[in-house]
Amino acid sequence: MSNVEGKFIIEPERYEFSAVPMHQFELARRDFFKILGAGMAVFAIAKDTPAMQETAPGPRAFHNEELPKDISAWLHIGEDGSVTGFTGKAEIGQNIRTALAQTIADELRVPFESVRMVTADTALTPFDAGTFGSRTTPTITPQLRRVAAAARDLLVGVAAKEWNVAPAGLVAADARVSDPASGRSLKYAELARGKTLAQNFPAEDPFTPATQWTIAGKAIPKVDGKAFVTGRHQYTSDLRPAGMLYGKVLRPPSFGATLTSCDDSAAKAMTGVFVVRDGDFVGVAAPSAHEAQRALDAIHAQWKEVPQISSKEIFSYLKQNAPAKSEDRFRKQKGSVEEALASAAHRLDATYTVAYIAHAPLEPRAAVAQWVDGKLTVWTGTQRPFAVRDELADVFHVTESSVRVIVPDTGSAYGGKHTSDAVLEAARLARAAGRPVKVVWTREEEFTWAYFRPAGVIEVKSGVASDGMLTAWDFHNYHSGTSGIDTPYAAANQRTEYHPVPLILRSGSYRGLAATANHFARETHMDALARVANIDPLDFRMKNLSDPRLRAVLATAAKSFGWPRKKTQEGQGFGVACGYEKGSYVATFAEVAVDETSGAVRIARMVEAFECGAIVNPDGLRNQVVGAMIQGLGGALFEAIEFENGRIKNPHFGSYRVPRFRDVPEIEAILMDRKDIPSAGAGETPIMAVAPAIGNAIFDATGVRLNNLPMVPNGLRSA
Amino acid sequence: MAKPIELEINGKRYPVSYPADTPLLYVLRDELGLTGSKYGCGEGQCGACTVLIGGMPRRSCQIPVSAAAAKPITTIEGIEKDGRLNPVQQAFLDAGAFQCAYCTSGMIMSSVGLLQANPNPSQAEIVQSLQGNVCRCGTHPRIVDAVHRAAKMMQEHRR
Repeated sequence: MSNVEGKFIIEPERYEFSAVPMHQFELARRDFFKILGAGMAVFAIAKDTPAMQETAPGPRAFHNEELPKDISAWLHIGEDGSVTGFTGKAEIGQNIRTALAQTIADELRVPFESVRMVTADTALTPFDAGTFGSRTTPTITPQLRRVAAAARDLLVGVAAKEWNVAPAGLVAADARVSDPASGRSLKYAELARGKTLAQNFPAEDPFTPATQWTIAGKAIPKVDGKAFVTGRHQYTSDLRPAGMLYGKVLRPPSFGATLTSCDDSAAKAMTGVFVVRDGDFVGVAAPSAHEAQRALDAIHAQWKEVPQISSKEIFSYLKQNAPAKSEDRFRKQKGSVEEALASAAHRLDATYTVAYIAHAPLEPRAAVAQWVDGKLTVWTGTQRPFAVRDELADVFHVTESSVRVIVPDTGSAYGGKHTSDAVLEAARLARAAGRPVKVVWTREEEFTWAYFRPAGVIEVKSGVASDGMLTAWDFHNYHSGTSGIDTPYAAANQRTEYHPVPLILRSGSYRGLAATANHFARETHMDALARVANIDPLDFRMKNLSDPRLRAVLATAAKSFGWPRKKTQEGQGFGVACGYEKGSYVATFAEVAVDETSGAVRIARMVEAFECGAIVNPDGLRNQVVGAMIQGLGGALFEAIEFENGRIKNPHFGSYRVPRFRDVPEIEAILMDRKDIPSAGAGETPIMAVAPAIGNAIFDATGVRLNNLPMVPNGLRSA
Repeated sequence: MAKPIELEINGKRYPVSYPADTPLLYVLRDELGLTGSKYGCGEGQCGACTVLIGGMPRRSCQIPVSAAAAKPITTIEGIEKDGRLNPVQQAFLDAGAFQCAYCTSGMIMSSVGLLQANPNPSQAEIVQSLQGNVCRCGTHPRIVDAVHRAAKMMQEHRR
């Protein structure tokens, strides 16, 4: 957009996925080899597989977004034998850089050390919808295997031609093609030399089954771990291109406030300071952060505020503002719930609530933007680099090819970095200043102006027959979302319904999305039902479950936990919960210790069994699973965003409590490797069963049933 | 005009032009380019900016640069010796004690400080001393394990 005309608009509901057009990404062959040097490049054409889409709350909830149907992945084999794989996915701490390099090395038959990954760079990597929905492993792993298998075949073909033999008799291993009949062999590096060959391959090649993996499946440490322990890795917030200015943005005092007047004359008069006013956007750029802050402080703005809902009234608001009847696509039904409820031997109805929580990634939103000759390059920690590119092109009225988005390995996201806020701000300021600008959100900005995991109300009605079989299940989620809403239990009569409610706070993706809320309600309710029916909670689940994978994680975790256990101390309690989502299965057991005098709740031990098909890297997976268990503790026990009059009341780590070392119990994660099942993603599902397992253990210890997340923000006494 | 501030960081002296009340963290990162220390909250509540001042772990976002000038400062960039990782760095690497690793510099510097004061800390002492450091990825058990490993490595080295 122009500096002087038009309005710089930051849309309020950016959390929603706009329908991303399909892009045929075509990196010019010349450019490709210019960047990587001569050698062999192989491009794969994706299978026609629409990607599973995560369900964000709101009207798009059940929609799918498709991956492009053309080129999906590529790799390059250099004349020195180095291999480079390209993916549009971003490294945000989930360790895909290592896992995907393992995959390529495994399929191409080269040493792991010779492979490097180029990730999330819109100028170099294939189009990708985003790093979310636990999709990297199930979609990108097979694509890279296909392209690596195609490259291997191509190399074998080159050798066969060279030796004038049939390719079928040749063997590819250890970065060489060999001919067992003649004893000849050539290195991949030699076969790739002088080729500058780019070839498209159909994606039909069979690839190596998990039982025959040699490099994938191994606990290989994070590839560039040394860069992180030495502080050398450059996150977005560490970048300092020459001439860079520091940008800051004037924030409204409350959500929904609009600018009525603004006196920026004092700020404008400061040496080296650029002030940008564009609609309600007011920002400054200065040679240092303190000068930028001083300039910002010198701006006198008046805002018109509007009434806002507060956290105290949120749950009644959500119930009252849900449409009387939701759309058909949000409702699933079988049998007659009403009849089954009427004839049930045991009935139980309950309401559950889930508070808004924050992602609080330790690296706040950050971006560096640089305009050169009308072309924009940005560095930013985003989970959706291509969507950010498109938004920048849209906002600044330039072509997509004029915008390059590069994602340095990022200081975590957990679903919280889908939007392009900081990038738009940096780019707007950089355009005005004619110099690169960095914007790093403060912790308070991060807690206030990012977006949240939505709050929700869940109502459950249920009935059990005298033999302990679940007969009626009526489950209604208001606002929080649809992920994990379906019950795995075999109730003959059931209704599951999602009731969307217009947004209160800006909301969006979060590790596991609404699956955590839906599992909390369902698994807490199942526990309470088991007690009503006087059946052991694990037996009750098993009795009503047929899915063998879910039964297997339950049985495995139960064995390690030692279920059923006898209490040996006052205040001790044990709980279980389970579920599946996005192709992976989880069962979590918790032991709590409740101090009956103070009401303090301590998690003593958690055991979780997790199964996501064939494991690509057990070391990285263990980090993800244990990490999700610990992160899940926060939302279970004490994390909640408090808000009033359009202001966040606890926008600091001092007032928004996240799990710290003292909160961490003894943890056991059991990773079940199913080499016969394709690998699924693992970043989200391990968090889902943590809260209900803990809540069920608290009930076991105290007889107090906690139906609201967080369960004990101030200990059990005030619950 | 006030006398310009000079800092001793990792054994080298640096003149500082930023105002005296600027928190040390911004001088390190923005003026001196030592970006290994991270901004996590600017409020002393997350530990990502931890450095050693006179050997003690301190939140560099809370210390005005003028107050940091009196004692030698050590940052994550200054703990390798003769091109070899500090035992704490090596232990974090060996234990795979990071995910996004944004907290890692602060965790390592807090642990280096701890092990200087207490070469053989108990589990509870490690937990206590790292309580102010946030790891949002939930890598806590491996971080505690890494500190134990580092302590062991350093003891073996001393023998």
